[in-house]
Amino acid sequence: MLSLWLPSFAIQRRQRSAKRSEQAKISTSAGQPEYPLALTLRDGPRILLAAVDSAAAQAGAAPGQTLAEARALCPGLHSEAIAPAADRAALDKLTDWCSRYTPWVALDSAGEPGGAAGLWLDITGCAHLFGGEEALATELVARLARFGLTARIGIADTAGAAWACARHTTEAAQPIRSIAPGAQREALTPLSVAALRLPAAEAELLRRFGLSRIGDLLELPPAALEPRVGPVVARRLRQALGALDEPISPKTPVPPHLERLNFGEPIGTPEDIARAVKRLLGKLCAKLEKDQSGGRKFALTAYRVDGSLSRLLVGTARPLRDAAHLKRLFAGKLEALDPGYGLEAMVLAAETLEPLTALQMTLEEGRAQADAKGPTSVKAAARHDLGRLVDRLGGRFGFERVHRLTPRESHLPERCVAPGPALPHRARSPSGRAGPAKVGTRRSLGWPDGPVRPVRLLTRPESIEAIAAWPDAPPAQFRWRRLLHRVARAEGPERLSREWWLPRDEGAADRDYFRVEDEDGRRYWLYREESHWFLQGLFA
Amino acid sequence: MTVETLDRTNPSREQPARQHENQRHLSHRPHLEGLRRQVRLLERGESDEGHGVAPLGAAALDERLPGGGLATTGLHEILPARNEWDDGAASGFALALLGRLTAQREGTILWAARQADLYAPALAGFAVATDRLLLARTESDGGTLWALEEGLRCPDLAAVVGEVGDFDPTAARRLQLAAETIGRPCLLLQRQRLASRRASTASPALTRWRVEAQAGNRRWPESLQRDLVGNPVWRVELLRCRGGRPAVFEVEWDHATSAFALAAELCDSASATFG
Repeated sequence: MLSLWLPSFAIQRRQRSAKRSEQAKISTSAGQPEYPLALTLRDGPRILLAAVDSAAAQAGAAPGQTLAEARALCPGLHSEAIAPAADRAALDKLTDWCSRYTPWVALDSAGEPGGAAGLWLDITGCAHLFGGEEALATELVARLARFGLTARIGIADTAGAAWACARHTTEAAQPIRSIAPGAQREALTPLSVAALRLPAAEAELLRRFGLSRIGDLLELPPAALEPRVGPVVARRLRQALGALDEPISPKTPVPPHLERLNFGEPIGTPEDIARAVKRLLGKLCAKLEKDQSGGRKFALTAYRVDGSLSRLLVGTARPLRDAAHLKRLFAGKLEALDPGYGLEAMVLAAETLEPLTALQMTLEEGRAQADAKGPTSVKAAARHDLGRLVDRLGGRFGFERVHRLTPRESHLPERCVAPGPALPHRARSPSGRAGPAKVGTRRSLGWPDGPVRPVRLLTRPESIEAIAAWPDAPPAQFRWRRLLHRVARAEGPERLSREWWLPRDEGAADRDYFRVEDEDGRRYWLYREESHWFLQGLFA
Repeated sequence: MTVETLDRTNPSREQPARQHENQRHLSHRPHLEGLRRQVRLLERGESDEGHGVAPLGAAALDERLPGGGLATTGLHEILPARNEWDDGAASGFALALLGRLTAQREGTILWAARQADLYAPALAGFAVATDRLLLARTESDGGTLWALEEGLRCPDLAAVVGEVGDFDPTAARRLQLAAETIGRPCLLLQRQRLASRRASTASPALTRWRVEAQAGNRRWPESLQRDLVGNPVWRVELLRCRGGRPAVFEVEWDHATSAFALAAELCDSASATFG
């Protein structure tokens, strides 16, 4: 476990964004002197310093002072309100960026004073890709330094020990400390109890007991520890030592299968990117095949040299591990991938997996098999093709916009159609013919044969002005979309009610529907709901 | 099925002239068909297999269409006579054609449109099974055309239908080629609320139809007319037809039998309207 500590994240983020905006307007940046900067926090009527930069710290300003006090110590102090939301957003971005080292990255959720921030990286099994833990940590520190961020790193077997190590044993000259496997006890003994990530109340309690070092706690008999110092301290200690598991959830769930490609030189041309995607897909699909599973959602993450990243998502209608088809799905989206100054790494992950036991075959193979086996496999190949079409359509318009129409039990016209899955879900059965048969039976379950229904149903019924001869009569004429229609023929009323269990505010319970034809022969579906008239549909 | 030759625009002149033309038309048909087949062979280097026609079930329409029905491979365009107001009639006619075109072939039908206002319970009246329909709600006309082209690459579909705001000859040519290559029908339905730019008459589509609603069931007794709305009647203009002539029909659709009803009345001949 690697704990990354950014001791002055908030202030350095502020400085970096300021530098960026200055680069944008070169004219003003030329003669500006460096000034001490502090970020402030409002605490009731007082304004407190939340974070200070190195120049201000040298002058004596420190987090926790009031702004007035700090101004007295450091007259040239510039102050600015701290922006937790922007900090948080930047930290989220950094977390995503860190996923170039390992897919398991978690945000250290404990709020840290002084505008600091922390991340966890589980580098188990990833470190060798970068030449070992030390090399990985060195590279990480160097890259963060290029972003203008000071980083301290602790590496240990347990999350707690790594955290303590990063914060309490590192210094500017030696930003990386690692504890040898199994050596947490020795490493933690000299550290202050604050290194156990304790809440303020617990820390105060320990201070009053005179237990200032972790070593003092370790000297106590283990059985006496919990009753004396409370469960939190005991738990943190045992977690740091590795006697108790500490669950931390990563920011993005770790996809079960992923492939990574690091480039020696940044790449940027569309051809190079396409080639890289092809290689990644080939490797990933081979993995999936070994695992007898198929992906429903694939994510391609591209890491740019400037530290930003972009993600492409491709969804499929059914589990898939066909590299050629996936490449086509990605090909349509690669234009949206802006390489910026170049890409230095790409990661392709299968995020949602489903079992896919049968070996998928291409169309040609399917045809060849169909000749050999008979009509069943022809159908399998055909379904497969429809699946590809649904993938393409869903990839462009969104899968919720590609659907079938299925009946729903309701009398209200706008409620009796529900979107159904684009591909009929086929149940696995030994005969292999369950899918189509089921669809056949569904048809008989459809809408009841009744009066003729309109071919077009307006998305919302439109209010019309209608005149009827007597209260229950069909309208004699009505005005819709500013045009007067005289009714030549009318059929009705047909009373349709909504379900009684729906809440009252969804309109009145009963509607009287009329099918009318105007003098030009156009047919409309009108209804009256408590003396208001609406037009809901157009007949053929 | 009876064909009434009812001419309301010009009864005195039209009758004999039209019959004469019809006879001539019929006598030349075998030669013409043979020549057309030859041309097709030369053009595309393929035989007629699979390039069948689907009879529409109304003698008046079928005899005007080359081959005695609507070609099952290629593009057909349908537009309402008056935008917005004839949407219902145009949609109904499109569904009627769709039902005929897909009757002989199994498979899914792709329906791509920007609006999601096609109402499923009505489809049974047009012999289109709802569970065959795969709907794609697109974000623009470009998206609709793209979806149709994608659909025409998928041999599993029986037909594709698209709703667009305006017919674009270039897009139509692409669709026509794609539909011919894979041997599937493609219907393009025009839908828009504002008056279109002058729709270009040149189109690579096999047929282009203009549909207008007509007041129906004139044969019914006066007492029934007020209280019953019968079958819809459409005035259908065949504006363009590859290998055929423009014509105007009046057809009645019967929801109960999912077929053109009783008599399809041929009201104007081509020469009266276009000559």
